[in-house]
Amino acid sequence: MSILVFIDHSEGQIKKTSLEALCYGAALAKQTGVSAEGILLGQISEDLTTLGKYGVQKIHQVENESLNLVDAEQYIRIISSLAESSKASVIILSHTNTGRAIAPGLSARLKAGLVTGAISLPETANGFLVKKNVFSGKAVCTVSIKTSIKIISLNPNVYPIVSGSGAAEIVKENIPAQPAGFVIKSVSKASGEIPLTEAEIVVSGGRGMKGPENWGPIEELAKLLHAATACSRPVADAGWRPHHEHVGQTGIAIAPNLYIAVGISGAIQHLAGVNRSKVIVVINKDPEAPFFKSADYGIVGDAFEVLPGLIQAVKKLKGVA
Amino acid sequence: MKILVCISRTPDTTAKIAFADNNRKFVTEGVQWILNPYDEWYALVRAIEIKEKDPSSVLHLVTVGGPDCDVVIRKALALGGDEAFRVNTEPQDSYSVASQIAAIARDGGYDLILTGKETIDYNGASVGGMLATLIDLPFMSLAAKLDLAGNSATLVRETEGGEETVEIKLPLVVGCQKGMAEQRIPNMKGIMGARSKPLKVVEPVNVDLFTEIVSFELPPPKKGVKMISAENPEELITALHDEAKVI
Repeated sequence: MSILVFIDHSEGQIKKTSLEALCYGAALAKQTGVSAEGILLGQISEDLTTLGKYGVQKIHQVENESLNLVDAEQYIRIISSLAESSKASVIILSHTNTGRAIAPGLSARLKAGLVTGAISLPETANGFLVKKNVFSGKAVCTVSIKTSIKIISLNPNVYPIVSGSGAAEIVKENIPAQPAGFVIKSVSKASGEIPLTEAEIVVSGGRGMKGPENWGPIEELAKLLHAATACSRPVADAGWRPHHEHVGQTGIAIAPNLYIAVGISGAIQHLAGVNRSKVIVVINKDPEAPFFKSADYGIVGDAFEVLPGLIQAVKKLKGVA
Repeated sequence: MKILVCISRTPDTTAKIAFADNNRKFVTEGVQWILNPYDEWYALVRAIEIKEKDPSSVLHLVTVGGPDCDVVIRKALALGGDEAFRVNTEPQDSYSVASQIAAIARDGGYDLILTGKETIDYNGASVGGMLATLIDLPFMSLAAKLDLAGNSATLVRETEGGEETVEIKLPLVVGCQKGMAEQRIPNMKGIMGARSKPLKVVEPVNVDLFTEIVSFELPPPKKGVKMISAENPEELITALHDEAKVI
């Protein structure tokens, strides 16, 4: 029996969320006395044996370059086949765009109970219980998975990456790839930006910033903190910031270590996207802004006066001019 | 073109979340129910737009739920749609819901099946993908745009930090998210018309329950905000570094 971790990669790099999943899978394997193994589809120049330091013993690789393209149907077929041959009892993925594309289909194909967005290790003493956020982060529920094969997609930034030592064995799996059932016409990527769901720190702006031309200080603060930038819904709808920055109930849900909200009042729909952040800082001119009730730290003040002061302080902290 | 939109009933975004029965059940007393925003604003409205462009299209809606779901189904029909199906059983987990829908969709001859990205109550984000596999159709998740040309669909899908444009043949299941369409308000004509549109109640099929929620908990309340003077913003940075240890 084994815990099988799906390792996602992009542009020659293994995704940070997959390293988290590997550590999670390794811990679960240790907890349940089985082996921890990984699956990687496609070609990557990184030395995969080093992944052993995250606690995984074996990596099954289907080294077909065409698989660098995420083709959900094909991934589901291949992962199912590998899960069966390696007698996987649990399959771990990340609750990212890739995970969302494949975990549900994998569940239906393997008749394996699925919990998406897990926030902690399963309790395995009595059954198999996994916690996840529900009601858009307002509550947590414990889910019992009743099937013999189980699938978990792990939320980003909830499980720490800890590296020890050890080398993983690479097993090249000979599974033929098929042509994808679709064609990619174009891909656009905001280069150099930290993906919001992977960012440990996020600096976010709302209507209080008054206009897109004022985003300079937010971007500067984010850059200094190695943070991603985000925004509230009205800001995205007004076209001040790109849609993929919109965090909230109908945008993206994030759980960074630090969420700095500037000029955002804190409507419930916005909170739903950020309430799982570990630390929330609210900067708003209005002392009655509801967001202060959910904040860990708050400053009542004009963003255009406070932000420069914060930027100065961060520069000092980082020893930057 | 035959289209199926999967719709789900969820508590309103401002609903008070509370649990009873030893934290095993969500308290529904006093809860206002709405159509899951992703299903309504994105999947349903896009389907209605497609039908407006091609009036010969047939648009069906499907929900899994008890009779108290009829109210929101009529609200959906007020926006658009020719006919609705309600599978008469309380929704359990994503797999059982997907299985109930699959029983209807499998032989329905649908060219396009639209679902919302996830529901705002259980955040499963799974029914669309499970349904696609159960009825052996491709699944395109996180689609922010959908355009049709004959038998072909062009989708813009969100990727991590960007987007990709994909072309794929119908039939297809699509998971819809923001960007797909704009929220609409039903007009009087729609509301009146919804009353006479067929709402067929279908008995559920037998499905094994793969997962079950055994308990709920509310997160511990926040300790209370620590206010820092606007005159001394550097104190915030110090606190974040020394105290919270997040920078």
